[in-house]
Amino acid sequence: MTSLTDLSLSQMQAGLTSGEFSSRDLVQAALDRITRLEPSLHAFLHLAGPRALKQAEAADAQRKGQSSRPVSPLLGIPVAIKDVLTVEGLPCTCGSKILEGFIPPFTATSVQHLTEAGMIVIGKTNTDEFAMGSSTENSAYGVTHNPWDLGRVPGGSSGGSAAAVAARYVPAALGTDTGGSVRQPASFCGVTGLKTTYGRVSRYGLVAFGSSLDTVGAFGRSAQDVAAVFSAMAGHDPLDATSAQVAVPAISLEAATGSKAEMPLGGLKIGVPKEYSIPGTQPAVEEMTRAAVDVLKALGAEIRPVSLPHTEYALPVYYIIAPAEASANLARFDGVRYGPRAPARDMPEVFYRTRGERFGPEVTRRIMIGTYALSAGYYDAYYGQAQKVRTLIRRDFEAAFQEVDLIAAPTAPGTAFEIGAHANDPLAMYLEDVFTLPANLAGVPGISFNVGFDQRNLPVGLQLIGPYFREDLLLCAAHAYQQVTDWHVRAPAL
Amino acid sequence: MALTAQEIDHIARLARLQLTDEQKVLYREQLSHILDYIAKLRQLDTANVPPTAGGGLTQMELRPDGSRPSLPTKVLLENAPDSEADQFKIPPVFE
Repeated sequence: MTSLTDLSLSQMQAGLTSGEFSSRDLVQAALDRITRLEPSLHAFLHLAGPRALKQAEAADAQRKGQSSRPVSPLLGIPVAIKDVLTVEGLPCTCGSKILEGFIPPFTATSVQHLTEAGMIVIGKTNTDEFAMGSSTENSAYGVTHNPWDLGRVPGGSSGGSAAAVAARYVPAALGTDTGGSVRQPASFCGVTGLKTTYGRVSRYGLVAFGSSLDTVGAFGRSAQDVAAVFSAMAGHDPLDATSAQVAVPAISLEAATGSKAEMPLGGLKIGVPKEYSIPGTQPAVEEMTRAAVDVLKALGAEIRPVSLPHTEYALPVYYIIAPAEASANLARFDGVRYGPRAPARDMPEVFYRTRGERFGPEVTRRIMIGTYALSAGYYDAYYGQAQKVRTLIRRDFEAAFQEVDLIAAPTAPGTAFEIGAHANDPLAMYLEDVFTLPANLAGVPGISFNVGFDQRNLPVGLQLIGPYFREDLLLCAAHAYQQVTDWHVRAPAL
Repeated sequence: MALTAQEIDHIARLARLQLTDEQKVLYREQLSHILDYIAKLRQLDTANVPPTAGGGLTQMELRPDGSRPSLPTKVLLENAPDSEADQFKIPPVFE
């Protein structure tokens, strides 16, 4: 008999509807599995066990009470939340010692939408400190281990959420993507991860890192499951001035572009950018992603080369803009209003000591870079120039989407690396995001899903990038792929 | 581009970060290395290119500037390291 945690979100929906099991059963099964496996994985920073069980009982009662009327499709389904999004009453540390003990008094809008739809928050997942990193090694509370190989990282920064889905703790989880922090861990953990269009999902209650780049995204085991979560949380929010007033279409995964069932992607043009073929990409990644593009072709898509000429500048642009914005955003952590305060004689010493002692190395490094790039005499040369080159990168995408509907590329140059591999080389870590950063700079959405394994049985991800607000197209294409392949249903042996 | 020790002190002061001597040496080396890498951007002629300031959002609407309810003071002070009489309490700003 398969255990309840083996079920995908859609299978859970079916079982809850038929009464085969209750939401309480699902939550209890999740908590049992977490208790058993967390000592070796460490995907969670905080668990909400008793509270989640209570909410599950309420969801079951609601379902019984409304047996004649339809209930929300997400009612009673467990979900995990990255620890940079607030959930009222649950700790929110952002993986940092500077927010140790902080209990937010309000819930992020994205999470609020999910709980209003009936989802049950199981806990808060591990992240690189303030989402700065590509491995969760920068968490002040210890690394998360990749469920496919415990000696390797799960990717990051949303590594806890990706691992929680890959390990079959929960069928879905929320993450955030500022430079690849949903897509790269999705690739490393063999799950489906959606980075939404900038402005598509409210950021109210998301602790800000790079305000012109931050997006909220979702993980699931399939595009179908991710679509359900995305649909529930997307849309304009008056509490976030940067959330777009663009209608969210109902996503019909079966209705891609083609009319014939065997050619669901008929008429879809997918561009393969030549600039994403770079030395240093692992052969298995090249091979598996090329094979995946062949599958998309067999499903009816027309594959053609496309050019994004300024791709090589994305990394330097990102490592000016993101740290600059981070240095401003993280100025609020000063030991005055929340979080711990270092003992000090006067106020300036409170600032210097609290920040000096409580920010970790990568956050400190980025605050330093950002402060320098914004300082008098250097602003034009660094931040100003980066903003202009960012325009060129955005125009590359706009021009490409005149010719093609989607862009396909590897999500990351390699598969999951060993814990500690980049410990002394920040630039090597930054290079992990070379294929994901451009979409954040342009603001366009992207999705990563598993398209095979390398010789060490580590997952390989394919990334599709789409035009603004076309998450529906990304999800349809990934869904079509997952209808004819079974990589996404493979589970790590744990 | 190598940063000087004085520049590292200056940046740390601007950022209100107390660094140890070891950290100063390490960050001086690492930041210089990172700045060398991002100097690549200067190769591009951007004289006629407008900057992208937001995240690609073309329309953004402002809400009416009116008062809205907020969380109660008591709730907001619950996370404060120190408070008194409905206010955040801090050490002296000046000696």
